[in-house]
Amino acid sequence: MAQSATAPSSVAPAREYYNEDVVRLFVIATMFWGVAAFSAGVFIAFQLAYPELNLGFAETTFGRLRPLHTSAAIFGFGGNALLATSLHVVQRTSRTRLFGGDETAMFLFLGYQAFLVMAGLGYVFGVTQSREYAEPEWFVDLWLTLVWVVYLVIYVGTLMKRREPHIYVANWFFLAFIVTIAMLHIVNNLAVPVSFTGTKSYSLFAGVQDAITQWWYGHNAVGFFLTAGFLGMMYYYIPKRAERPVYSYRLSIIHFWALIFLYIWAGPHHLHYTSLPDWTQTLGMVFSVMLWMPSWGGMINGIMTLSGAWDKLRTDPVLRFLVVSVAFYGMATFEGPVMSIKPVNALSHYTDWTIGHVHSGALGWVAFVSFGAIYFLVPHLWHRRELYSLRLVSLHFWIATVGIVLYITAMWISGIMQGLMWRSYDQLGFLQYSFVETVEAMHPFYVIRAIGGVFFLVGALIMVYNLVRTVRGDVREEKPMFAEPAAAARPAE
Amino acid sequence: MHWHARIEKNVILLLVLTLITVSIGGIVEIVPTFTIKSTVEPVQGVRPYSPLELAGRNIYVREGCYLCHSQQIRTFRDEVERYGHYSLAAESMYDHPFQWGSKRTGPDLARVGGKYSNDWHRAHLINPREVVPESIMPPYAFLQETRLGMDDPAAHLRTNRTVGVPYSDEMIANAEADLRAQANPDADHSGLRERYPKVEVADFDGDPDRLTEMDALVAYLQILGRMVDFADAGTEQMQQ
Repeated sequence: MAQSATAPSSVAPAREYYNEDVVRLFVIATMFWGVAAFSAGVFIAFQLAYPELNLGFAETTFGRLRPLHTSAAIFGFGGNALLATSLHVVQRTSRTRLFGGDETAMFLFLGYQAFLVMAGLGYVFGVTQSREYAEPEWFVDLWLTLVWVVYLVIYVGTLMKRREPHIYVANWFFLAFIVTIAMLHIVNNLAVPVSFTGTKSYSLFAGVQDAITQWWYGHNAVGFFLTAGFLGMMYYYIPKRAERPVYSYRLSIIHFWALIFLYIWAGPHHLHYTSLPDWTQTLGMVFSVMLWMPSWGGMINGIMTLSGAWDKLRTDPVLRFLVVSVAFYGMATFEGPVMSIKPVNALSHYTDWTIGHVHSGALGWVAFVSFGAIYFLVPHLWHRRELYSLRLVSLHFWIATVGIVLYITAMWISGIMQGLMWRSYDQLGFLQYSFVETVEAMHPFYVIRAIGGVFFLVGALIMVYNLVRTVRGDVREEKPMFAEPAAAARPAE
Repeated sequence: MHWHARIEKNVILLLVLTLITVSIGGIVEIVPTFTIKSTVEPVQGVRPYSPLELAGRNIYVREGCYLCHSQQIRTFRDEVERYGHYSLAAESMYDHPFQWGSKRTGPDLARVGGKYSNDWHRAHLINPREVVPESIMPPYAFLQETRLGMDDPAAHLRTNRTVGVPYSDEMIANAEADLRAQANPDADHSGLRERYPKVEVADFDGDPDRLTEMDALVAYLQILGRMVDFADAGTEQMQQ
């Protein structure tokens, strides 16, 4: 699978035309945090099935480890993948080196990792705001703000000195992601510390206002961190890998503006039937349903880019990761609007259905598109002709897919079951089940979910092995990839 | 789309238009919740947390209890029968941050106060499976062993006042004494009870010699949902 090298760096000169050092570092960090996040996820999944695994220490309780899992996944794995790919794409599509020099880029890398380490250690030792996906305390938030402003300056600066007349579509999405996350992060984390030498702070808002602000943030962390940024990835790496142009330029314009306009309104669907005013809930629901359209517009634009190259799905497992990720994106962005409809939400809210939905997006979309992009990037960044083994990529693909299917089906069943049990009445008109009976009923599904997580983790470890061998310059002797996918699932040995 | 080419060629224009586009939804949905008075209708009985309850709430926040327990009863028959009256906006008006939660791996706690004894809570927190064999909750035995670390309760009350909780000068001046008095049944409680109506005084952790994190957390759990007396409240207050 030869890449067309566009930069004058065919034989790795002393100084590369683009700053690829920082991209390489972010790629390594992506894989490190990915494995950490998946491992933490598997561990806490088993904790829910077998509570003895809380081990009796404060630091190992589910309540402290769960934010570690979500932050490592979203900000560690996802964030580093976004930084790696956005800095790669902006240089390539602007045909210029990063603005601000190598030191600034290095600060961005180290500063972002410092943020992750401070946040993670905080959770384990009990320093948290307990705002979902915005757990880091005030001093960590201030640090991230500084790092993020540097990111914005590097990004905008690079676009300003571009040597191309147009700003390529992937960059619109990356830019919207960077600037919107800045806005959300600052407003949602407004807080007053008890003292400037202590870690504890109290949020500026309370109750209803705090809830709407937090879910405006929370939903758009999904919308802009986990969607817009990764759509930027889709718009560069799928056309690149498929060697086909983006399906429709007009569609990408509509996709961009409609998506970023509509997403922001969807937050209140996390607060249906609560003390939040009814008009806000309904508004959030209506916009969530409308959001289905630009989401599928984007999905169509991504998948149809394969027009004329469909056969590559069979022969190129890297492209398969990229395209299947977009299919998962389509599924999750259909399920989301359905769950935002109030009567559906009445059943799904507070249950595992939500957890399953999040993971079909996080594993199927975010992780798969990142895996595809990284499989594409690594040979390119380390100047290798090809990956160590495409068959191992295919093996990773199938193991991870089976893991996702186990995960989300288990969560659908346990979520819908629990929701129905909560509202079930017996013939005499009493509630049929005590709460703990619903907990007991979920046990088998918690085991299945954890096993699904193990599959996904094993897939990621295979990927790490494959990438390490690629960087070392090894090429595995194997049958080329033109067999049926089912046969390709088995390794050649 | 020729007109769009202008935006594609100008970074600052793209940036500004993006920022405007993503700001609209948030402004329309969030700002009115601050300006429309009926968003939080006042309800009799809601008061700021006592220093010990606040310390307990901080432990609740620190341990991430919200990840498995909601504090928000929705307006459904089964929820009202299982947990009690649906949650009112005013009941969390002094919650910085709110802890409504998004997941019920365990039951809702919005009205858990008074449903179980202090002894039950202590036994349950030390080892949940001792009292509920099927429970999957982590054990929190370390709370019983950890001295309460709120060194300067007055500073915590003052910070809460800065963000809008109506703590009086008197409450702040007595913060330290109130913190200790609530967990000591032998102390003088007249001031504490006057400042914080319905406050529960008890040796929550069963260890009279020490003020532990268990004292604070149980004191917090026991006030949840008990500030508003729904028998007293007229139906005209329940319009929301």
